[in-house]
Amino acid sequence: MFFLVVRPDAPYGLARVTDGNDYLPTANLEVLRLRAELLRRTRGFFDGRGFLEVETPLLSADTVVDRHLDPFGVEVGGCMSSAPRRYWLQTSPEFAMKRLLAAGAEAIYQITRAFRRDEQGPLHNPEFTIVEWYRVGDGLEEGMTLLGDLAETLFARGPAERLSYREAFRRHVGLDPHTAAAEQLTATAKGQGIDPPASLSPTDRDGWLDLLLVELVQPHLGRDRPTILHDYPASQAALAQLRDDGDTKVAERFELFVDSIELANGYHELTDAEELARRNRENNRLRELDGKEPLPVESRLLAAMRAGLPEATGAALGFDRVAMLAAGAKRLDQVIPFPFDRA
Amino acid sequence: MASYNTSDFRKGLKVQIDGDPYLMIECNFVKPGKGQALYKCKLRNLIRGTVLDRTYKSGDSLDAADIEEIAAQFLYRQGDQFVFMNNESYEQYELTAAQVDDAWKYLKEGMDCSMILFNENPLSLTPPNHVVLKVEYCEPGAKGNTASNVTKPVKVETGAEILCPSFVEMGELIKVDTRTGEYIERVKA
Repeated sequence: MFFLVVRPDAPYGLARVTDGNDYLPTANLEVLRLRAELLRRTRGFFDGRGFLEVETPLLSADTVVDRHLDPFGVEVGGCMSSAPRRYWLQTSPEFAMKRLLAAGAEAIYQITRAFRRDEQGPLHNPEFTIVEWYRVGDGLEEGMTLLGDLAETLFARGPAERLSYREAFRRHVGLDPHTAAAEQLTATAKGQGIDPPASLSPTDRDGWLDLLLVELVQPHLGRDRPTILHDYPASQAALAQLRDDGDTKVAERFELFVDSIELANGYHELTDAEELARRNRENNRLRELDGKEPLPVESRLLAAMRAGLPEATGAALGFDRVAMLAAGAKRLDQVIPFPFDRA
Repeated sequence: MASYNTSDFRKGLKVQIDGDPYLMIECNFVKPGKGQALYKCKLRNLIRGTVLDRTYKSGDSLDAADIEEIAAQFLYRQGDQFVFMNNESYEQYELTAAQVDDAWKYLKEGMDCSMILFNENPLSLTPPNHVVLKVEYCEPGAKGNTASNVTKPVKVETGAEILCPSFVEMGELIKVDTRTGEYIERVKA
């Protein structure tokens, strides 16, 4: 037998041990068969709904500008008369797929690889398989329905529960995430016995919301059936549209959780080019405060948006995590044959 | 001083916090897809043995602890002082009874031990896993009793008491597991 079975209780980091056996895969053949079956089911789901499977560059001159996403930069060119310049391994195929929407594509999906620097742990591998899709004409509601249907196709755990970010925080943290002052977030975290990073600024509202989400909310999500968390704070909109929600603005962004694990993220897509440029600049300002390099604000996506991006909703799913949950595994290296340490 | 940033964090890292050396015994990477990366770590204080839970976020860093493992020979004991010599540099170290802890039971002159140095000072001492010690005194065992489940304390050459099967006699050599303090077997001289 050529497959090394990693015991579910083995400590993470096993793959780091170079005892001469690190040429072996860490996922067994049975798991690879399950992955193939899940890929077939995913393709069947989108093909059956009239989506077109597309392929876009992994290495691109453009990259998503996000405060907390770090792409791998690659030096390219320098020969055949082109000056050396930097390209980026894509953190998701979002930009290129939206350029296809702007060019007339109506419903597209892609199963590809995405790369995120410094993301490595039981639930993270710097290179991972992503399923991403967009459909023109969809709003938040249609986008969440489609994601819920996909979850049912993959997990058969019943219809997804919908829960707003605000209601989730009211229920599990006891405060309104959109209106609570930063001091209330810090006091609640400390009152609940959460150990915050010493370097987390008391005024970094989103940092504290993330901490409360991870520690107090996420453990309750997707327990009996999948949960779709929606209407994120406007400050965490990323590439989603904003909507007025009573006294405050919320982002039309949604995420899927199964067994407390975050599996997918979707947006009712922002179509306003100038708003995207403004968010890119704001993300870069925060990146520089965090001591990170700024990323290019201008991109071919911005050009496509200026030419006209149709209303659409799209989402991206972490396929390795889907395989992990379907296999009853606890860590990604049990379902990825050659995780980063053995790549 | 060398330091590690969060992307270097992993189990087994030796770091310095508030002047004390710590071993990272667990490091769990947690990150909401669009959110901030958190590193939930458990760190063991290498002097006191206590465990510290600390959460770090990306961009944080910890000072590296200057920790070195060396081979050191036990030279002699003088009251409460145990004197060792670094096998490579020949530098001598005096350890207190508290630093030596239970290891005194197994220390014979000339024995090679493993020693951890923190900032070039001895931090802990580990004797070989198995040592052979001479029985200096014990009560005579019942004649013909070869059962090993009946035990008695015997006093060995280092002054320590070891529980042995009742057939062990004065003057015999016994092999002891220093990790558990248990008798393993008799050894022929």
